[in-house]
Amino acid sequence: MTFKTKLRWSDVTPQALFLNRRQIMAGGAALLASPALGKSPYSTDDAPNTFEEISGYNNYYEFGTAKEDPAAYAGALTTTPWTVQVDGMVDKPGTYDLGDLISGMTMEERIYRFRCVEAWSMIIPWQGFQLSALLTKLGVQAGAKYVGFETLVRPEEMPGQQMGILDWPYVEGLRLDEAMHPLTLIATGLYGQPLPNQNGAPIRLVVPWKYGFKNIKAIVRITLTDTQPACTWNKMAPQEYGFYANVNPQVDHPRWSQASERRIGAGLLAGRQDTLMFNGYGDEVASLYAGMDLMANY
Amino acid sequence: MLARALRHVPPWTIYIVGALPALWMTYQTLTGTIGIDPVRAIEWGLGLWALRLLIATLCVTPLRWVGLNLMRFRRQLGLVAFAYVVLHFTAWLTIDMGLRWGQILPDLVKRWYIVVGMAALILLVPLAVTSNTAAIRRLGAKGWNRLHKLAYPATILATVHFMMVGKVYTAEVLIYAGILCALLAVRVGRSVLQWRDGA
Repeated sequence: MTFKTKLRWSDVTPQALFLNRRQIMAGGAALLASPALGKSPYSTDDAPNTFEEISGYNNYYEFGTAKEDPAAYAGALTTTPWTVQVDGMVDKPGTYDLGDLISGMTMEERIYRFRCVEAWSMIIPWQGFQLSALLTKLGVQAGAKYVGFETLVRPEEMPGQQMGILDWPYVEGLRLDEAMHPLTLIATGLYGQPLPNQNGAPIRLVVPWKYGFKNIKAIVRITLTDTQPACTWNKMAPQEYGFYANVNPQVDHPRWSQASERRIGAGLLAGRQDTLMFNGYGDEVASLYAGMDLMANY
Repeated sequence: MLARALRHVPPWTIYIVGALPALWMTYQTLTGTIGIDPVRAIEWGLGLWALRLLIATLCVTPLRWVGLNLMRFRRQLGLVAFAYVVLHFTAWLTIDMGLRWGQILPDLVKRWYIVVGMAALILLVPLAVTSNTAAIRRLGAKGWNRLHKLAYPATILATVHFMMVGKVYTAEVLIYAGILCALLAVRVGRSVLQWRDGA
């Protein structure tokens, strides 16, 4: 039995009663205040963007190309029931109900920097678990070198898919060592609540040292493979979007510089800030790319 | 009837009407209703109005062929368009790039969509400074007309700039490109007809 609605967040609660960021953070903190869930050493100390910013300014072309489209149209997406197909070089393949898939995972909060390839950025308090834990549970077979991901295709609920703007389904992939890295998260929540649909509900990938488009949303398939998986933007414009898509201020997008970024919510006159190598996660991840030419493998 | 009504509208009305989108954006910015990313909304909005007004100036002549004479308003339309181009460029320099000259200057020569947009702006400068009666007198009608043919390449470049900015071609972008192509096609078509008829 599925429940379909055209209601949006703003319909649920009168605007005046919307929780402000501080209250949401306090609520989220209370929710996560069990001793096991202290502040993650992987979290940044930067102040997070507001819930309204994070859930109102999205690139999610399944719902349209404008930043406001996902918030406007994603409400119609049915996220329960949700199944994820697991296949390829894995010990326990199958079609999993979402609850079964993520049972046993340790949920934690990770406050990550988020850097879009379009040179804007946010700070986002995700809730989720390490992809490594899920892959370990599923049993990665020897010889697997990559993980591929696929987004839901459901044009009747995803109006952007009725247009030929991208090759659907949206697909993405990681090298296995990237997927197993402790920073790599499968997110199911945001600010202590379930992920809003426009942010990739019910489960999405978060790889904080890569450009945002690597963080595939509404995942319905996970494939372990020994060949490099296809990636949507890379297929669309290989000279502009590479497989790795590591945040790198020295390697410009052909059409714009990646040397700096605009922090959403910083205000009209805040200007720009320098973009950090690997989005500031170099200490953790630079070794993954030791000896690689990052100009060629962008 | 429309033509008769327009005869009583003074041309400076265009300046008032033309300022409305900018005033609306200012109001939205001050009241915090322009959106989550005001920088992008302002920059994008100014650029979009610049393009719309440039295309509007190119509509004046074909509309006259079909009996609607808006020639009295063309100078004002063009000047308002130029004002939006300059505001758009200023928004890019200041609120978007934060006056980071180390990034702006290389961008001006390295990034094709910026080069193309900049070229459109530069082509419009001589048009803006000669959009007055004294300049027409100085240049002569023929010379002035020839100079103002630059409105075509400038608008084509502005449209190409708009097409190049996005990551994909959206319906919106294609509509503007389509309108521009139609405007160019009717002109080419008319020239061909005139040439065939020996006019």
